[in-house]
Amino acid sequence: MSEPIRFVLDDQPVTVGDAPPTRTLLQWLRSHGKVGTKEGCAEGDCGACTVALEDTGPDGAPRLRAVNSCILLLPMVDGRRLWTVEGIGTPDAPHPVQQAMVERLGSQCGYCTPGFVMSLFEAHHRKDLDAAWKLDDQVCGNLCRCTGYRPIKQALADTAGTAASALPAARTPVAARTETFHYQAEGAHFVAPRNLQDGLEILAAFPDARIVAGATDLGLHVTKGGQRFAGLLSVEHLPGLRGVTSTATGWRIGAATDLVTLEDWSATALPMLHRMLRYFGSRQIKHRATLGGNLCNASPIGDTPPVLLALDAIAVIATLTTAGPTERRVPLSAFFTGYRSTALSPGEILVAIEVPALSPDARTGAYKVSRRREMDISAVSAAFRLELDGERILEARVAYGGVAATPVRLGEVETLLRDAVWSDATAERAADLAASSIRPMSDHRGTADFRRLLVRNLLLGFREETRETSFRALPAGHCGTVVLDASPAGDPR
Amino acid sequence: MSDGTVRLPSGLPSPLHRSSPHESALRHVTGTARYTDDLPAPAGMLHAVFVASPHAHARILERDGDAARSMPGVRAVLFHDSVPGDNRVGPIVHDEPVLAEDEVHHVGMPVALVVADTREQAEAAAHAVRLTWAPLPAVLSIDAAIEAGSYLNDPHVIARGDAEAALAASACVVSGEVRSPGQDHFYLETHCARAIPEEGGAWKVWSSTQHPTEVQRMVARVLGIGAHMVSCEVPRLGGGFGGKESQAANVAALAALGAHATGRPVSVWLDRATDMASTGKRHPFLARYRAGFDADGRIRVLVAQLWSDGGFALDLSPAVMDRALFHLDNAYFVEALRFEGRCCRTNLPSNTAFRGFGGPQGALVVEAAMDDAAAALGMDPAAVRRASYYDGPARSVTPYGQVVPDTRIVAIHEGLAARADYAARRGDIEAEHAAARTALAAGTASPAQRWLRRGIALAPVKFGISFTNAPLNQAGAFVLVYADGTVQLNHGGIEMGQGLHTKMLAVCCDTLGVSLPRVRVLNTSTEKVPNTSATAASSGSDLNGQAVRDACVTLRQRMAPVAADLLGCAAEELRFAGDAVHAPSGRSMSFAELASTCWLRQVSLAATGFYRTPGIAYDKAAGRGTPFFYYAWGAAVFEVELNGLTGEHVLRRVDVLHDVGDSLIPSIDVGQVEGAVVQGVGWLTNEEVLFRPDGAVLTRGPSTYKIPAAGDVPEAFHVALLDHATQPGTIGGSKAVGEPPFVLSIGIIGALRHAVSGFAPRPGTPVTLGLPATPERLLGAVEAVRR
Repeated sequence: MSEPIRFVLDDQPVTVGDAPPTRTLLQWLRSHGKVGTKEGCAEGDCGACTVALEDTGPDGAPRLRAVNSCILLLPMVDGRRLWTVEGIGTPDAPHPVQQAMVERLGSQCGYCTPGFVMSLFEAHHRKDLDAAWKLDDQVCGNLCRCTGYRPIKQALADTAGTAASALPAARTPVAARTETFHYQAEGAHFVAPRNLQDGLEILAAFPDARIVAGATDLGLHVTKGGQRFAGLLSVEHLPGLRGVTSTATGWRIGAATDLVTLEDWSATALPMLHRMLRYFGSRQIKHRATLGGNLCNASPIGDTPPVLLALDAIAVIATLTTAGPTERRVPLSAFFTGYRSTALSPGEILVAIEVPALSPDARTGAYKVSRRREMDISAVSAAFRLELDGERILEARVAYGGVAATPVRLGEVETLLRDAVWSDATAERAADLAASSIRPMSDHRGTADFRRLLVRNLLLGFREETRETSFRALPAGHCGTVVLDASPAGDPR
Repeated sequence: MSDGTVRLPSGLPSPLHRSSPHESALRHVTGTARYTDDLPAPAGMLHAVFVASPHAHARILERDGDAARSMPGVRAVLFHDSVPGDNRVGPIVHDEPVLAEDEVHHVGMPVALVVADTREQAEAAAHAVRLTWAPLPAVLSIDAAIEAGSYLNDPHVIARGDAEAALAASACVVSGEVRSPGQDHFYLETHCARAIPEEGGAWKVWSSTQHPTEVQRMVARVLGIGAHMVSCEVPRLGGGFGGKESQAANVAALAALGAHATGRPVSVWLDRATDMASTGKRHPFLARYRAGFDADGRIRVLVAQLWSDGGFALDLSPAVMDRALFHLDNAYFVEALRFEGRCCRTNLPSNTAFRGFGGPQGALVVEAAMDDAAAALGMDPAAVRRASYYDGPARSVTPYGQVVPDTRIVAIHEGLAARADYAARRGDIEAEHAAARTALAAGTASPAQRWLRRGIALAPVKFGISFTNAPLNQAGAFVLVYADGTVQLNHGGIEMGQGLHTKMLAVCCDTLGVSLPRVRVLNTSTEKVPNTSATAASSGSDLNGQAVRDACVTLRQRMAPVAADLLGCAAEELRFAGDAVHAPSGRSMSFAELASTCWLRQVSLAATGFYRTPGIAYDKAAGRGTPFFYYAWGAAVFEVELNGLTGEHVLRRVDVLHDVGDSLIPSIDVGQVEGAVVQGVGWLTNEEVLFRPDGAVLTRGPSTYKIPAAGDVPEAFHVALLDHATQPGTIGGSKAVGEPPFVLSIGIIGALRHAVSGFAPRPGTPVTLGLPATPERLLGAVEAVRR
């Protein structure tokens, strides 16, 4: 039984029943007079389309999320409250972030401005923007070609965290759904079940349905590839798939856990993952992207797979049996079966990723080198983990992305390291072996030679970082993905 | 310019020479500023997309639109033979087909236009247009073009003295090759135009263009009608940077063609991928140079040969090459020289104007020679530059014979070096490099000494201001005063983020003595100001500002006798200020009262203004003349830190001292300087236009084409405008600001080369660094000097 999409837009109720499920939120907004929100790229990379979505975290707490409306499918805003640049203030009564952008001369041509305003709007309601790099991160998904960013960053610093509440004041209530949402238009279906049993049943009945979580990748297939999916099964409202829980041996991360949630959680629990997520993508993307999505894409350049490979993570896959939802466990090293293919069978849903707890003596590192530091796809990513007894290596994990058809572990290098003493000489031998044991390709992100050099150097950099300590947090103003000594000149200001 | 205005302390202050927000800022930040594609669609508006060539060079054997015509919602499928007028457009010569004729000349070239009720329908039908091809050999690089003798024009030569003899006599001779990269404009608003048929065979065109007159002219040409039948109106641009100077006309012509065929309004909007794949970019250049220096680092001679990649058509390529040649000297007096430049014809989109317009590509060559010479002489590169500046009458004549009248660059260099503490910081970095060498040799190096190096560099700019094509240096304005004392301001310039309207409002308010709320600036329209030049060459406020002032002075001269009569004084004794007109006696009347009285007394309250820059002339055959009205100057110090493990770098600090004359609006000018520097840093570091082997643009979106993001800008960024910098003969004593500071970004290359050199076991090791300086190229350079 199809129902219309219901949401609250700029504090006004909206009902949509005629748009195809793959209509993006941006397309719908602009065709309904909300032209303040702009299209700059339709690939979630420039941020001109940014809007703010009200949502709850896995803990149920309300949160405001800046998202890219250009790759968000319209049925995904069902049951939510949404704010656009036109809804938070007017020329006569501008919102404080809008006023700050005016006073700091944060707009020149003005075309990226609505997107920046909405990223600042989210920041206005955040309470955790306590470091300069977090402010940069807040707007790294918004490109400006005119200003050089300084005035925008000033407006952000002026207003971040100054709102009284986590959410903006609103009058129009949102009716949350508790039952499966089924939307149908132009012969295509969008189904968002509210529990796993329903989800697996729907998948069994419609095996061709495409599973989708945040749509940060699927949205590109719509806007850039022109794909129209006949059936989409959304897993983002399945309660067991969101959030992180402690287990006897470590953690269980719900597959539909968004990467902002994961970034916040991992800061203390799993710094290695946190460090990779810091440069994973923009705030807007991380609000919608999920860990399970990043794995199921099985892209050779996905950034979380090397980290999870180095952690011996396990994919937990659910299928429907007569006994109800049943889980099977696949080591991540067996999950990626080829270029963009996984061990998932039809009718199965990736529900969680289990990560064993790290031993206190573990030395870990996670690295990503891309053309641009923020908001870019890696040429090479790498993750390393050593379990040590004194200086002797008990166990080693050496994982790379961007060097083969899938994210890979280098078994030969792990063997070389195992039982060796963790020394500069060992690191050099391992680095040389790593470089010679891969056959990377040349593409626009880097030549094979560059990738081979990075494979080598990142392992050397890991040695530099972990000679004495187990882990280093990434400091502000650092130069590159490897943390070396503190910058020689101190604070440049 | 003296017009008798005296600014009073009483009443509202003039907005001129005061910092203020952008005039549209409140509309920008609330999403109420409208761009072309935001305008309400006229009833029945259709959408058109073009079918792009998949070949870089091919003959079209067959074209068949029947299948596409039968698809849902399709209203027309058009080929070049549907063009009612002339299918060829172009800003200098008409060599660009609106729709391909017998051959295609680059991947992405429009071949057919599909018009449908919705954009989705037009896109679907575009796939159904059947085309068959006979591929032809393609020229896809400057090197291939030189090999094949494929050029767009004849060489332009500027020469002085006996360069070969001067090289032979030089204490230090350096030579090299510079390949400067292309650059996508990446304006956030892509190309867009709407053509609307009006009664009597007239046309209204809305366009995201820097040059509405060109759009008007080309639409008229394509439709085969007079310019008077076409009006072009522009609300504002979401960025232009040169990319919408000439090439917006092609997009508008397509819209007009679709509207002509269907009799309905038609919108053509290029999505990001189409925009990046089909439109021209900054010209890549190949330069080979030899330069001679004295033992004390002073440049004596420069011989340089330049080739640009013009793409398949002429567009503005010769003018870009001219400006590159005019900036091969950058800020340095060169006695003996031979400069030669020629534009290559390749099977790529026709490259076009981009902020700097060849100037940065030219300056990059002499700056490379400066760095080479400093390395060869073991000198501080800033000292080589300091020794080589234009300085005093004996060192004041440019390669093309124009005299540089002042030596601001010396004061700027000294002022900036002091402000940025350049000498001490360079000393610290040199000491760090030396300490790292010692520690590495002794096996005691810290991780930072193994893998991190800082670098610092100072780069100057001298930038010639004016269109080098003299007739373009003209502008018009049209100012209307209403009987209630409010004002409508029209001028020929385009607001594209540079703050032109903010400056024009300030000039208008200053001249009429009224406050900002009384004045409204209107959309730029060919109906209000005809025969305009492009808003380009940094000339927007120079030219239009004079025209606005001229119109306002005319209005004041008409209104003054009325006020003089009422206030009992002579007209020339009146002061217009603070929304009022003041007599020496102390008596005054409000501007509104004066306006209504003028109406009652039948005085015209609408006036045009006009300006032409005096004295611009250049003889290209002789390589001599006065192509510029004046020069803008500036200098910057860049400090970087480079990671030798990964090739990543951070921009730690940038200090700029820049000459904008007496700034019309200082806050706007600082924003222009900062934005230009960051855009230039993008050009030289992480932005890279990549092509597939078949000539198709590979970088078609921000996922693959990386302009600077918020975290890439300098951690510390100090921009100062030169004080006491009045420029004679310009509006308010100001100078152009859009392009000159872009050239300052070259300093990042010197800083990166300095950092790379710190990894060499021996000081003074030459550094070769390809451009753009991506992590891959930087890591390669580090690896090369380590050995």
